Amino acid sequence: MSVHKELENVAPSKLSVRGVNKVFHGAQGKTVALEDINLKVDEGEFVCLVGPSGCGKSTLLNLIAGLDKPTSGKILMDDKPITGPGRDRMVMFQEHALFPWLDVMGNVLFGLKLKPNLTNPERREVAKFYIHLVGLEKFMHASIHELSGGMRQRVALARALAPNPRILLMDETFGALDALTREQLYGELQDIWQKRRKTIVFVTHNIREAVCLGDRVILFSPHPGRIAREFKIDSLKRPRDINDPDLTNYASTITAALKQHIGGSVAE
Amino acid sequence: MKKNVAQEEAFDTSEKLKRFFKRWTGPALVAIVLLGLWETLSRYYDAYLILPPPSSVAEYLWYAIADGTLPGAVLVTLKRLFVGYLIGIALGIPLGMLCAKLKVFRDTLGLLAMGLQALPSVCWVPLAMLWFGQTEKAMLFVVVMGTVWSLIIATQHGVNSIPPIYVRAAETMGSKGMHTWIHVILPAAFPNILGGMKQGWAFAWRSLMAAEIYVVILTGFGLGQLLHYGRELMEMSQVIGVMCVVIAIGLLADKLLFSPWENFLRKKWGITND
Repeated sequence: MSVHKELENVAPSKLSVRGVNKVFHGAQGKTVALEDINLKVDEGEFVCLVGPSGCGKSTLLNLIAGLDKPTSGKILMDDKPITGPGRDRMVMFQEHALFPWLDVMGNVLFGLKLKPNLTNPERREVAKFYIHLVGLEKFMHASIHELSGGMRQRVALARALAPNPRILLMDETFGALDALTREQLYGELQDIWQKRRKTIVFVTHNIREAVCLGDRVILFSPHPGRIAREFKIDSLKRPRDINDPDLTNYASTITAALKQHIGGSVAE
Repeated sequence: MKKNVAQEEAFDTSEKLKRFFKRWTGPALVAIVLLGLWETLSRYYDAYLILPPPSSVAEYLWYAIADGTLPGAVLVTLKRLFVGYLIGIALGIPLGMLCAKLKVFRDTLGLLAMGLQALPSVCWVPLAMLWFGQTEKAMLFVVVMGTVWSLIIATQHGVNSIPPIYVRAAETMGSKGMHTWIHVILPAAFPNILGGMKQGWAFAWRSLMAAEIYVVILTGFGLGQLLHYGRELMEMSQVIGVMCVVIAIGLLADKLLFSPWENFLRKKWGITND
């Protein structure tokens, strides 16, 4: 396979979550993390899952990633059931999960080295492409601990994009960053998403963040985790700015809905 | 241009020399004073038998190096130490991995390792003599017993305490089985494993010295035996001379074997293992 072909963006996939339940058996007995989840995500769509902690949004992300299996129901990717982790779905975690024993290049290469049909020089070229894409070409050989939090998440983004996945799963990826760095990364992520169109499922508890990034915001309510409502964010133009008043208005509507649902579930 | 570079280099070396002198002048002066005091007192009280002066220790070292007994003994001892240590590592890391992964191993070998790690491995000498005779094998056995338990415990602990997110991240990138072990779990556990290697080295080195002093090995004449014969012959300059060599080897090993890895840890993780 030539590098050019490898560097072409693959078509994004659609996702279909059908009647998924997830039950954990722990020390306190049975916990229903997800109850009857039905969700469709279109090719190339940016979907944000929002809700308070314990609403199962991260659990759903792990199920889509194939790191865990649903208790019942199924998840289809392009109409084929997901059976385990795969290079077509890359995950970005809250703690960047970069490997400290490798430098920036080594981290981005990690997934590529597991990809067959490429020579090592080709893999390096692909890695360089993505390191450029996230703007870290000057830090190609830096150690991870030398980088700032924002730079680490950019390396994590490059590492996730490098194997050319069809779906990108982001689990509170920006949660541990300071507000300024986060705002900068919202811009960069939207920009990169325009260039490398992927289907993105983004988990967050920050509603403004969800409205800023998502085509659609899915609101989860806790105990058990269910989909409460969904909002289509079609009136805001891209690229969106987190400080845009329209966006803030939109976010307050969703926050109100969220409060209503949490109140409801507590009263039950 | 060329001249400039040469000048810079010259400047660099002179700067380095200056710094070197600044760092070491104090300690060197203290050492000279102490050695001088020792030399004077030892001569004044005519204490050649119980604490010979530095000059006679130096004399011993000079002749023992010249006639080859000391280098020979160093070689014999280092060979035992290195071979035994490497066997200990080669056994300890995989066994530690098994203990980390499988409960059966953790509840048997893991507990055994906890217990035996508390036993100075020189205590194995009587049994080793019985099993292997007065041979190299007996000495290797003592060194391996000094190394292997520390490595099992350190590896097990290291593997069990790595952040689970590393393995999950690797899984999503298509890593599994042996690939995950070699490229993720072992490197992630490396700071702990290095700690075990250092401890294993210290245990092995001390136990080997004790064993060499304690029993006679017919197949090779090591540093411990040299020290032992110094005692038998009431030749304290030999005893002190060998002690100096043992100290030097200990310091050198730390510098050559572990410093590079510790620098690696500091550079990559931003942590120190001290």
